[in-house]
Amino acid sequence: MNNVNFVGQALKNLFSKPATLNYPFEKREFPEGTRGHVENDMDVCILCGLCQMKCPTGAITVDKKAQTWAIRPFSCIQCRCCVDNCPKKSLSMDKMYQEPGPEKTERVLDLSDKQKEVLAAQAKAAAEKAAAAKAAMEAKKKAEAAAAAGGAGNPS
Amino acid sequence: MSSRSVIPFGPQHPVLPEPIHLDLVLEDERVVEAVPSIGFVHRGLESLVSKKDFKEMVYVAERICGICSFGHGFGYCDAVEHIMDIHVTERTDYLRTILFELSRMHSHILWMGLMADAFGFENLFMDTWRIREKVLDMLEAATGGRVIFSILDVGGLRRDVPDDMLKSFLPVLDDIEKELAIDIKTFLNDSAVKSRLCGVGILTPEQVETLGCCGPFLRGSGVKRDSRKLGYAAYDDIDFEIITSNDCDTYGRTFVRAYEILQSIKIIRQAISKVPSGEVMVPVKGFPQGEHMTRLEQPRGEACYYVKANGTRFLERMRVRTPTFANIPALTETLQGCDMADVPILIVAIDPCISCTER
Ligand code: SF4
Ligand code: SF4
Repeated sequence: MNNVNFVGQALKNLFSKPATLNYPFEKREFPEGTRGHVENDMDVCILCGLCQMKCPTGAITVDKKAQTWAIRPFSCIQCRCCVDNCPKKSLSMDKMYQEPGPEKTERVLDLSDKQKEVLAAQAKAAAEKAAAAKAAMEAKKKAEAAAAAGGAGNPS
Repeated sequence: MSSRSVIPFGPQHPVLPEPIHLDLVLEDERVVEAVPSIGFVHRGLESLVSKKDFKEMVYVAERICGICSFGHGFGYCDAVEHIMDIHVTERTDYLRTILFELSRMHSHILWMGLMADAFGFENLFMDTWRIREKVLDMLEAATGGRVIFSILDVGGLRRDVPDDMLKSFLPVLDDIEKELAIDIKTFLNDSAVKSRLCGVGILTPEQVETLGCCGPFLRGSGVKRDSRKLGYAAYDDIDFEIITSNDCDTYGRTFVRAYEILQSIKIIRQAISKVPSGEVMVPVKGFPQGEHMTRLEQPRGEACYYVKANGTRFLERMRVRTPTFANIPALTETLQGCDMADVPILIVAIDPCISCTER
């Protein structure tokens, strides 16, 4: 008998614990850093659009006007590129794999109210700053023009 | 004179999850001719280079095939790194070698399961795949993905694999080695298995050379050729022998693959004991300009990556010669004159990866 070896193994397999998990009663423990699916913290996102630009499959859409961030989970290839490029670290990779579904839907996330206020305040401050800079620029130009006119009309 | 009949094999066939179609011309139970046709899963990935940034292309290259994902990503990155004259760090080289060998293990163990399934030994099939799960767990811990690793990048690796994690792989490898030894013994010594493998699909060393075979298929006919000996990544620092078999049949190919798994374990142990500390990424500036051809040994055989760049974000051309493509002529050769019942075994023997071949 030259397959005695495997008979032993087969018997062992027959009487030992199953190699598979008893799902759904037993859940799998994923190792650290498993790429499951992408999550976005809408309290932190600034809608900069970098993730949309970097995503190789074009799964992410950032709408600045509507203040939403959307992902098409069935286009996402779990490459983690967006997560690595997010400047605010608002994106993260959840360990659980993407839920299956009957339709290729899009998941749209609204910016949180708190973050909307923060962004509005930032935009307002930026606009004020820009206006102030513009005004300063114009004043400077005017002064220069006046100085030039004064110089021209003042023969020495 | 017996009459001829044509039996279609595939594109959907229980022995192979991938779509290849063969027209088998039979005379009684004997195959007299086999006409392959492929093209069921062509995705045009090579032409994507003109639409994707050369760094984004890494993700595409990795997804050419599920099983040799690491090999494809590596081939692409290596070619681009050569063009841009980037020298990756030594740690990167070692980690790439370790991951490459782990993926070779998972591919070969997968193949052994498929082979056991093809000759109808379901118990052996399940046992090999149970062992493969441990390899996949290691890969998942190291890279974050079970089959698509997304860890490679032009210039290095996207994440480091810490030393203590590498050390924790060692006992698992010991376990795998012990458990695999039993399965390998069954593959190589069991009389029932041998009766299905020995003398099936004989190709002489001259034949495999002229048909342009590669990988374990070539080495199973006694030709000592392995692209790892070219010394890319850290392979030039690693001591290993090319495994060949002089059986020149399916048994020889099984022998080569079985011992290559054990050899991969030894290579990983060596690499883990030598891996230096340091960074895993070097900065990449500018765009590639020039062309390069990389040859590397994937689990299924030698793959060639040709990349041509024109100094912009987009590459001009990428071409992949996959090992299965090189082995298909030999497959049709072995199918001629074989028994109908041996067809699945002969097809599985080349370890066909049709998605790779069609890209
Ligand atoms: S990169 Fe980050 S902060 Fe910017 S839009 Fe995407 S998720 Fe928001
Ligand atoms: S993980 Fe990759 S594919 Fe998915 S959304 Fe992020 S960048 Fe796009």
